[in-house]
Amino acid sequence: MTDTVLKVRDLAVDFKTDLGTTHALVDVGFDMPRGKVTAIVGESGSGKSVTANCIMRLIQPPGRIVAGTIDFSPVRMDPFEITSLGKRDPRLQELRGGLISMVFQEPMTALSPVYTVGNQVAEAILCHRKVGRKQAWQEAAEMLERVGIDDIDRRIRMYPFEFSGGMRQRVVIAMALVCHPEVLICDEPTTALDVTIQAEILTLIRDLQKELSNSVLFITHDIGVVAQLADQVVVMYQGRVLEIGTVRQVLKTPMHPYTRGLLAAIPGLAPKGVPLATIASVVGDADIEKPYPLITLRDGRQVSLPRDQVQGAVA
Amino acid sequence: MSESAANGSLLEVESLSKFFDGVPAVEDVSFEVRRSETLGIVGESGSGKTTLVRAILRAIDPDRGIVRFNSSTGWVELQDMTPKELIPLRREMQMIFQDPFASLNPRMTVREILEEPLIIHRVGSATQRLEAVRDMLAHVQLEEDSLTRYPHAFSGGQRQRIGIARALILRPNLVVCDESVSALDVSVQAQIINLLEELQNELGLTYLFVAHDLSVVQHICDRVLVMHRGRVVESGTVDEIFETPKEPYTRLLLSAVPSPDPDVPLKPLDRSELGL
Ligand SMILES: Nc1ncnc2c1ncn2[C@@H]1O[C@H](COP(=O)(O)OP(=O)(O)OP(=O)(O)O)[C@@H](O)[C@H]1O
Ligand SMILES: Nc1ncnc2c1ncn2[C@@H]1O[C@H](COP(=O)(O)OP(=O)(O)OP(=O)(O)O)[C@@H](O)[C@H]1O
Ligand SMILES: [Mg+2]
Ligand SMILES: [Mg+2]
Repeated sequence: MTDTVLKVRDLAVDFKTDLGTTHALVDVGFDMPRGKVTAIVGESGSGKSVTANCIMRLIQPPGRIVAGTIDFSPVRMDPFEITSLGKRDPRLQELRGGLISMVFQEPMTALSPVYTVGNQVAEAILCHRKVGRKQAWQEAAEMLERVGIDDIDRRIRMYPFEFSGGMRQRVVIAMALVCHPEVLICDEPTTALDVTIQAEILTLIRDLQKELSNSVLFITHDIGVVAQLADQVVVMYQGRVLEIGTVRQVLKTPMHPYTRGLLAAIPGLAPKGVPLATIASVVGDADIEKPYPLITLRDGRQVSLPRDQVQGAVA
Repeated sequence: MSESAANGSLLEVESLSKFFDGVPAVEDVSFEVRRSETLGIVGESGSGKTTLVRAILRAIDPDRGIVRFNSSTGWVELQDMTPKELIPLRREMQMIFQDPFASLNPRMTVREILEEPLIIHRVGSATQRLEAVRDMLAHVQLEEDSLTRYPHAFSGGQRQRIGIARALILRPNLVVCDESVSALDVSVQAQIINLLEELQNELGLTYLFVAHDLSVVQHICDRVLVMHRGRVVESGTVDEIFETPKEPYTRLLLSAVPSPDPDVPLKPLDRSELGL
């Protein structure tokens, strides 16, 4: 068993529409270290969600994985490759329900309005694990308490619409965690929440990740969130990976001009009355459209730049 | 005309309240907005921000209070107007919605979505309308070929740009932004914020800016209202609110913002001061 839980290589996804083909992902590659939080950052449309959906095998027509591999090395099962799994392969069911769980941005899409909160969390357990009804409810209550829902005896019988947005998102996180996933994928789970609830959910995800030591793939465009949660950061742009490094490497000494632009555009750092830096203004003349293969540098980070620009730093 | 109107105020809200099933969502809120300024409204989920702005724009009917709007034809009181009386005013007050998915008709192309408000308000000829649509599209940095595409073919951030273009295409005076940039990544967010500020300078727009991202509020707003449980607990200039917050609730909000520096850890929130 390696200490890399997911190894994504040369992943390419196309969307065929009437107007032509969108190359949503082009040669995406990164490793997810086991037991760590990997953040994917990048602007809208850069392919973050498509990458997550590939791992869950949720790409639907007109989308198609046209190349690449995703090697998954779970602890509970033999390693397997995700993109080549047949539709009826039982491992696909295992992957979606038990081994990898996903939390989406909008909690209501993951919750049914007609079942109680307790019912839905218990059902998630019953679907994916061989336990009795009574134990499922017991575990559901425990997990809901763990994610910070109090007054559990009463709340477990309530419906999602009786919960606030932050409480709903906690329920979705509880549903994702009761299956004991080895990988938790969070696709912008706090973007729709206000800042105090976000702070609580982030603290919750961080604490549970430390406690359960599962691997987390966290998608966000909020650099503050990345700084607080991530161990490793993957920067994406137009379906490509531009830079991979530790959170300190990427946020404190970004190498790629695009990453520098991304950081410069954070509001709050710019003086008032001055337009915010945009990525274009920081990138300037640097050609970020041209794809370069990732080069591994001496300090372990990977960056997509022409070799002569990083000569001194190459491993 | 009130005294402040002479100083160029555009909107005056007095003791506005809105109840749902007898429970107050907005209670006794008063403030004024001057022309060309940006007033931020912050507060936790459920504090009444959306209800407040919707009651002002008469998307819902307020239960008590007065909303005075300085329209192109003079001061009007919005709270008692009939839907028909409100129609011409709609052009002057636009809202950019919180949820880009819900606000765009999935069966309309981008061109139709952007052109619709112009058609409803009978603005320009067909050629002029297309010109205006193209111009707005360029302003929000969407490709020209987006015109014939449907909302589902865009990513979340791209869809929000379509929503913003739709709201601004009528060149309104008062623009209510309800979490309009919250779903955007920093790069697009920076462009949209710069765009909103550019348009403000060019056209003298006035913004009511509802947002949970305090760093955005700090950048874009001149003054800020802090709401808690339907009431305004603190208001002041952006510097007063961010540099010397007086209320414990404001301090709690500020402490919840995650720092972009990995060496400045997020501290667990302390609600004890609030007795919550
Ligand atoms: N169903 C679809 N049909 C056509 N194109 C699609 C579809 N889904 C995604 N795409 C395209 O794939 C690319 C990547 O989209 P993706 O949703 O992964 O972006 P993202 O990085 O998650 O953006 P956001 O931050 O806005 O969520 C975009 O160019 C988008 O237009
Ligand atoms: N149509 C409605 N019917 C009943 N209650 C409502 C309705 N709309 C809002 N409320 C209630 O009014 C209060 C204020 O809600 P509002 O949506 O204004 O909050 P908000 O500050 O905009 O929150 P968020 O940051 O989550 O958007 C909440 O308690 C909410 O549940
Ligand atoms: Mg996405
Ligand atoms: Mg709201």
